[in-house]
Amino acid sequence: MLELDELVMDFGGFRAVNGCSFRVEEGSVTGLIGPNGAGKTTLFNLIAGALQPTSGRIRFLGEDVTTLASHQLFHKGLVRTFQIPHEFHKLTALENLMMVPPSQPGESLFSNWFSWSKVKSAETEVERKAYETLEFLELSHVAHQRAGNLSGGQKKLLELGRTMMTDARLVLLDEPAAGVNRTLLRKLETKIEILNKERGYTFILIEHDMEMIEKLCDPVVCMAEGRVLIEGDFQTVRSNPQVLEAYLGETTGDAA
Amino acid sequence: MELLGLVNYALFMAIFICIYALLALGLNIQWGFAGLFNAGIAGFFAVGAYTSAILTTAMDPDRIGGFDLHFIVGWIGAMLAAALVAWPIGKICLRFRSDYLAIASIGIAEIIRLVIKSEPALTNGARGIASIPRPAGDIGYMESQIAYLAIVLVVLIAAYILVERQFNAPWGRMMRAIRDNEGAAKAMGKDVEFRRLEAFIFGAALMGLGGALFAHFNRSITPEAIDPMVATFLVWIMLILGGSGNNRGAILGAAVVWIIWSVSEIATDRLPHEYAVQAKYIRLFLIGLMLQLVLRFRPEGLLPEPLRGDLRSTKPGADR
Ligand SMILES: Nc1ncnc2c1ncn2[C@@H]1O[C@H](COP(=O)(O)OP(=O)(O)OP(=O)(O)O)[C@@H](O)[C@H]1O
Ligand SMILES: [Mg+2]
Repeated sequence: MLELDELVMDFGGFRAVNGCSFRVEEGSVTGLIGPNGAGKTTLFNLIAGALQPTSGRIRFLGEDVTTLASHQLFHKGLVRTFQIPHEFHKLTALENLMMVPPSQPGESLFSNWFSWSKVKSAETEVERKAYETLEFLELSHVAHQRAGNLSGGQKKLLELGRTMMTDARLVLLDEPAAGVNRTLLRKLETKIEILNKERGYTFILIEHDMEMIEKLCDPVVCMAEGRVLIEGDFQTVRSNPQVLEAYLGETTGDAA
Repeated sequence: MELLGLVNYALFMAIFICIYALLALGLNIQWGFAGLFNAGIAGFFAVGAYTSAILTTAMDPDRIGGFDLHFIVGWIGAMLAAALVAWPIGKICLRFRSDYLAIASIGIAEIIRLVIKSEPALTNGARGIASIPRPAGDIGYMESQIAYLAIVLVVLIAAYILVERQFNAPWGRMMRAIRDNEGAAKAMGKDVEFRRLEAFIFGAALMGLGGALFAHFNRSITPEAIDPMVATFLVWIMLILGGSGNNRGAILGAAVVWIIWSVSEIATDRLPHEYAVQAKYIRLFLIGLMLQLVLRFRPEGLLPEPLRGDLRSTKPGADR
């Protein structure tokens, strides 16, 4: 469903992504691992259209999307989260979620003046869904707090919550587990599995938490210095000597 | 007599407050909600004022028009013209960072002023356009002031209701989201460029309407009236002081700043003649000082941006 072909991204003289190619199959949960600064987040920015690659191609659902802007990709079913939470800080947590669904009737100046009842009924539905999502993320009690005032972990959850507010085809999750407590983490894992198995979402998951990668991801792609080091199932990747050296450390066994 | 004078003064002030409140509402759409730094309010004000003047004045052989149309046509025309001027400006400038818009809009407002000042066929150059009909202008002086205040008040209330509805609707939520975090809004599928243009044009139309209301009240419009000092700077202070992101704040700010501004004129008029030149700057200094105090002690303005999510029917955490 997603094909990356020789992607290169230069920041000035620095090459953050250096000829990256791999494919993501529909219905899979692909893990993306690698040391800090390997270029994982930059790769997400390229896929999601937030950055334009220096060279290389991106195909999504059989279509060349290399030059599309991020809002256009969203409408094709590609949703992403940010590693550093990008909350709308003056909006409430609830509003942060309610703004997500695409093509809401109330987003047009004219329907707000001329077909208010349609706007209101759509709002009720969006609001219900947003409350549901907040409840799932255990954020109901802060629904009406400004998002800028939430804790770091709560912002992280809100980030994840936004992806649940729309019907996505491909979801890019950038370290969703960082800063989230263990019990909630298990719940998130279950949710990702459900969305994957029952709703058919495809995921790419960046994580440093190997437990989560092992549990959810097949295949796993390991990046280092802007390239794909190796790609395969978790065991293959984990026991690869290059991965051990570059990322997981010499002392093998249970890297967590 | 004394009392009558006072009532007159109050009426005069109230009309100006309403006109400025319209400008501040327009700026609130652009800055308070979309985060667009428009420093050329005077330009849209001028376009509105002159458009309505040309549309509603009687035929004049020295220039194109007037077209002798109803004032309502003139006011709608003023909004459309300001919107039409805003469109290419926004199209070009909104793609850049916000400081570019600030600089570009100052420049464009100045160009508009110079064109108006030096162009005889349409705007009658430096002499401006006179005998603009004022709605309900041919009754007694006091009655006509009252009637005009009523009209301006109705326009302001209508504008307030229309803008407030947009702000509480998903449109407003989306605009505030774009303002708060552009990258995330894009990632959530919002067409940021187009939405900004929408807000820019919407705000400019209100500024144009403000200009038209001013021209008809004044019964004439000259290039002098497009002073960026009073048409741009004052409006910014009104919004910042009243509370950007809050429509009532914008209106309150307009009232507070205009009262100080015009009362300070009475005070400085009493100064000896040799200080006449300094007087204007003393008034400016007063306003600047006040802005400093507000920013220091109430940086969000007198009425800060409200939390808007819970304005709708559902109570917080109702059944969950
Ligand atoms: N906008 C930018 N300008 C310049 N350099 C950048 C920019 N964004 C990323 N980089 C550089 O690109 C490299 C890869 O960064 P990236 O954020 O993709 O790493 P990562 O794999 O996500 O690391 P981590 O696991 O720490 O999140 C880093 O060396 C970083 O300094
Ligand atoms: Mg990263």
